[in-house]
Formats: sequence, C-alpha cells, structure tokens
Amino acid sequence: MDGIVNWWDYLSSRWDLVGATLMETIIYVVTVTVSAGVLAIVTGILTRNRPFAKEMSLAIASVFLTIPSLALFTIFIPLVGLGFAPSFIALFLYAILPILRNTVTGLDSVDPSVLESARGMGLTKSQVLLQVQLPLAWPVMLAGIRVAALLTVGISAIATLVAGGGLGDFIKSGLARLPLPNSLEAIWTGVILSLALAFTIDVLLRLLGRVTTPAGVR
Amino acid sequence: MPEPLIDLQDVTKSYPGVEEPAVKSLNLAVEPGEILVLVGPSGCGKSTTLRLINRMIQPTSGRIIYEGQDVTKSDPNELRRRMGYVIQQIGLFPHRTIAENIATVPKLLKWPKKRIRERVDELLEIVSMDPSIYRDRYPSELSGGQAQRVGVARALGADPDVLLMDEPFGAIDPITRDRLQNEFLRLQAELKKTIVFVTHDIDEAVKMGDRIAILRDQSEIAQLDKPEVILTDPADEFVENFLGSGAVLKTLTLRRVRDIDLDPMVTVKQPVHRGQALAEMNTANTTTAVLLDEQDHPLRWIDERALNSSTSSLDRAGRPITVQLQPEDTLQDALSAMLQTSSGMSVVVDGRGKYLGCCTIESLAGLLLNQGNGSEHS
Repeated sequence: MDGIVNWWDYLSSRWDLVGATLMETIIYVVTVTVSAGVLAIVTGILTRNRPFAKEMSLAIASVFLTIPSLALFTIFIPLVGLGFAPSFIALFLYAILPILRNTVTGLDSVDPSVLESARGMGLTKSQVLLQVQLPLAWPVMLAGIRVAALLTVGISAIATLVAGGGLGDFIKSGLARLPLPNSLEAIWTGVILSLALAFTIDVLLRLLGRVTTPAGVR
Repeated sequence: MPEPLIDLQDVTKSYPGVEEPAVKSLNLAVEPGEILVLVGPSGCGKSTTLRLINRMIQPTSGRIIYEGQDVTKSDPNELRRRMGYVIQQIGLFPHRTIAENIATVPKLLKWPKKRIRERVDELLEIVSMDPSIYRDRYPSELSGGQAQRVGVARALGADPDVLLMDEPFGAIDPITRDRLQNEFLRLQAELKKTIVFVTHDIDEAVKMGDRIAILRDQSEIAQLDKPEVILTDPADEFVENFLGSGAVLKTLTLRRVRDIDLDPMVTVKQPVHRGQALAEMNTANTTTAVLLDEQDHPLRWIDERALNSSTSSLDRAGRPITVQLQPEDTLQDALSAMLQTSSGMSVVVDGRGKYLGCCTIESLAGLLLNQGNGSEHS
C-alpha cells in the first residue's frame, strides 16, 4: 500500500514532466505508425500481383525486425545524430513488417472468385482494388497496424539511450539511481504509463476497426 | 440463318512457354436468343473459350465480333458491362448488400438512383426472391441456391443481351440444381437472352442447350448441333464416348408424349353393364379396354377374362388406373409410368383429365428405333 501512495506522490509532484514525456512517446507512436503504414500499405498494393517483389519486400522487412533493437537505434547516429531522428528511423523500420505482412495476407485472402466476378462485370483495375479488394482486406490490415502501434509503444523505451526521450527516460533514470529514493517509483511510472498507453491505443484501434469494417464481413 | 450476335473468328490463345495453344483456330458463331452450351472433358478449353468472349483472356490471334463490331481491341471493361457473367463460385461481394451487389453494373453505367432501385427490386422478383426481405441482407446470410439466384440477378443487372455462364449450377446440390435449371429455362423463355453456357455435364447440356458444342482438346469443335441430333447421330467416336452409353435414353427427355402417336384403345363408357361391355369388346376384337366415366375420365383397365370370371359390378372389375400421363410429359416420364404398370401401357389425358388415348411401350420402342435408323439415312 505504501508503494502505491509513494508512487502517487512521486507522480503528482511532477505532472508536467510526466505529461511531456508521455507526449514524446505518443508522437513516436503516431508518426511511426502513420509513416510505416503508408509505406507498407503502398508496397503491399504495388506488389500484390508480383510474387517475386512481394516476397523480396517481406524478406527485407523481416531482416529489420531481427536486428537487435539496441544496435538498430545506435546504427544511425553517425548519419543523423542523437535524439528523435535515429529513434524514429529504428522504430519506423520495426513497424514495417507487421503492417506489410498483414497487408499482403489481407489482399491475398480475398476470395479469387470475388475478384474474378468484379473484373468480369467490367470494374477497372483501380475500381476492383478500391471498391472490392481493399475493403475486404482492411480488417486484416488494421490488425497489422495495431500490432505495429503496440510494438512502437514498447520498443520506443529504448529511445532514451540515444537521447530520444519518451517514457524510457523514467525507466533509465530509475535504473541508474537504484536503490535510492524515488528510483523504483520512476521505473513504475515508465512501465505503467507505457501499459496504459498501449491499452488505450488498442481500444481506440479496435473501435476504429468496428466503425470502418464493412457490415457483412464483420 | 440469322446474323450471329457473337462471332469468334479463327481465335487462338497460346500461353508463353506452352507449346500447344489452349484454344486453336476456333470458329464459333452464337445466334441471338439461343442457349449455346459448350461441353467437353476437363481441360478441353471450354472455360477459356468463354472467357475469350468477354476478353477476361486476351486472344493471341483471331477476331471477336460482337453485334457486328470487331471488339478484339476495344475497351474490355466497356465490353464486359454489356455482357452478364456468372461463374460457378458466384463471387458475390461479401461486404455489400444484395441490392448493392445487383446494382454493380448499373452503378458503373451511372444510372440514376431511382432507376437502379427499381431495377434491383424488379430483378429480385424475376429470380423469385422477395425484395423486401432480401434487399438489405448480406451474401453471408444466403443459402447456396439463393446466392446463385442473386448471381444471376446481378449478371442481368443492366439488362445485357448476352449472358456468359461458367458452370453456374456446378456447386449446388442435385435437387436444388434441378429446380434452378427449370427456373432458369422458364426465365429464359421470357427474357430471350443470348446465352453461352459452359458445363462438363452432358445431361445438363442436353437439358439446357438449344445447341450444344462438344469440344475436345484445344477447344476443337467435335460436333455442334441441336441436342437431339447429337444424341441420335454422334459425329464420331469421341462424341459417342463422351455421350456415354445412355445417349438414346437421354433423347427421351427431349421428346414429349404429344410427339408420339397414341394408341386408340377400345373404350367403354359408363353407365354400362357387363354384358354390353363384353359385346363391345367382342365387336372390336380386343380383350382389353379402358372404362371411362360419364365425363370421359379414365377409371379402370377391364379385360375379358376378369369380366367373365367374376360377377361383381364393372366398378370393381379389372385394375384401377393409377398413373396418367399428359401430353407435356417427357417420354422419360412416360417410360417410367409404363414400367409401373404390368401391361406396359399408360393412359394419356388432357389438362382437364379427359381421356385422349393410350401410350404403349411398343410405340415408344418403335419411335426410338426409327430415330436411330432415320438419322443415318438423312
């Protein structure tokens, strides 16, 4: 019980800092998910009828995910310096695979006879894509976007090591000062806020899925 | 012969890396208002041929003429909007309501909303589905047969002159398939569309086709003719083998009772007593007769022996008539009706149940034998 009270005291004495740090993480999540989403979805669409290009892009995206995060965050420092930029690049590269994978799966899983009949009725290629294939693939694609967003919340904690800010700052400073007063509280702040943020994003994206999934395929 | 609506001229389709073309120099003319069935073993190129017509597959060489115009190089999407297309798996859009599915082509053609709405309801009624129930449902809520009906309605969306159907009833259970085939034939009698119909099932081909093209490898036409000609006079061994052993029996489904000469059996009309009946049969020199009631409805088979051996009234002599045929029944129905009676005979009545004559197994056999011989000479 004491722990929770102490943690609450710790939190309420530095709302400004907590708010600013949380905002940094949210900015990572939004910018990374949106930009990786655009790249992955466009790639998935462009390669949908080209099996070789499709496999290649998936293979490349998978390679990024196998690079240890500590390395990926630091690798770009010589090029872009410290702070937001190297963190953004690393998170962006990580977020591509889940979205690309699900875009490819989603587009591929549309019943071929549905596409055949669409084409047979005289829908143009772009009409088939926009009116039939994408709406039917969308729930699977959105699931990929959700995974990417949650992944970004978790991994963005590493950004603190390259001076990128975010909730990782609390965890790092707490770890550095253990077992001094307020060190555990700092760690808890980073962890619990990350969890709360992830939970909120999950709920929001599920709601978005509800609203944007066409009736009939729900 | 009328001007063909669709004319494939010397059409070839070959795929890169495959030596033999899938379709080789095919010439095929489809006449307006007919159901032309393409039938053949799997891999013979019948589906490819169908898909060449709406250019889902682009021919390697040759010309496709539609309504007198060369459409080999025209905008394929525009062409497809003028031809209904039904495939075996139907491919309804699962994310769209039944109404939206049916409205697909009218919407592409930018019909006004009101006209689309009326057309959707009209089409649902044509395929015997209540618009108020089904309009706003989704494809996942339909049974296989209903989905097939909606598929046909969608293909008819913008009232195209042509329907291309690729094994449309192939994935449906036999009972529902039979019903859908009959419904479709009734529909076609009203709509008079030009239909190219692909199937691998010769029975379906015989049932649905005004003309049948039997295809062998590379979509080569082995025989193209009316079903009764193909069944009675197959062009070669390939066609004969494809028809199978039951070819002659299949012709029975094409002919109707009214096509054969009925036997004028001796009739005895009520009210009559046994002495009179026996006398009448004696004069006519026959042992069997049909007993009619006052309204000429057939009642019983009576024969001399039965009349002589018992003293019961005429109402109980002989055997009751349980099976009756009508002129519209197919000869297949007639055959099974006759096989149910021990005499190999069945009475034929008109729509109001009045006696017309008798149909015997001998006359049926005579017809079949004649058919076989006749066609060889012609």
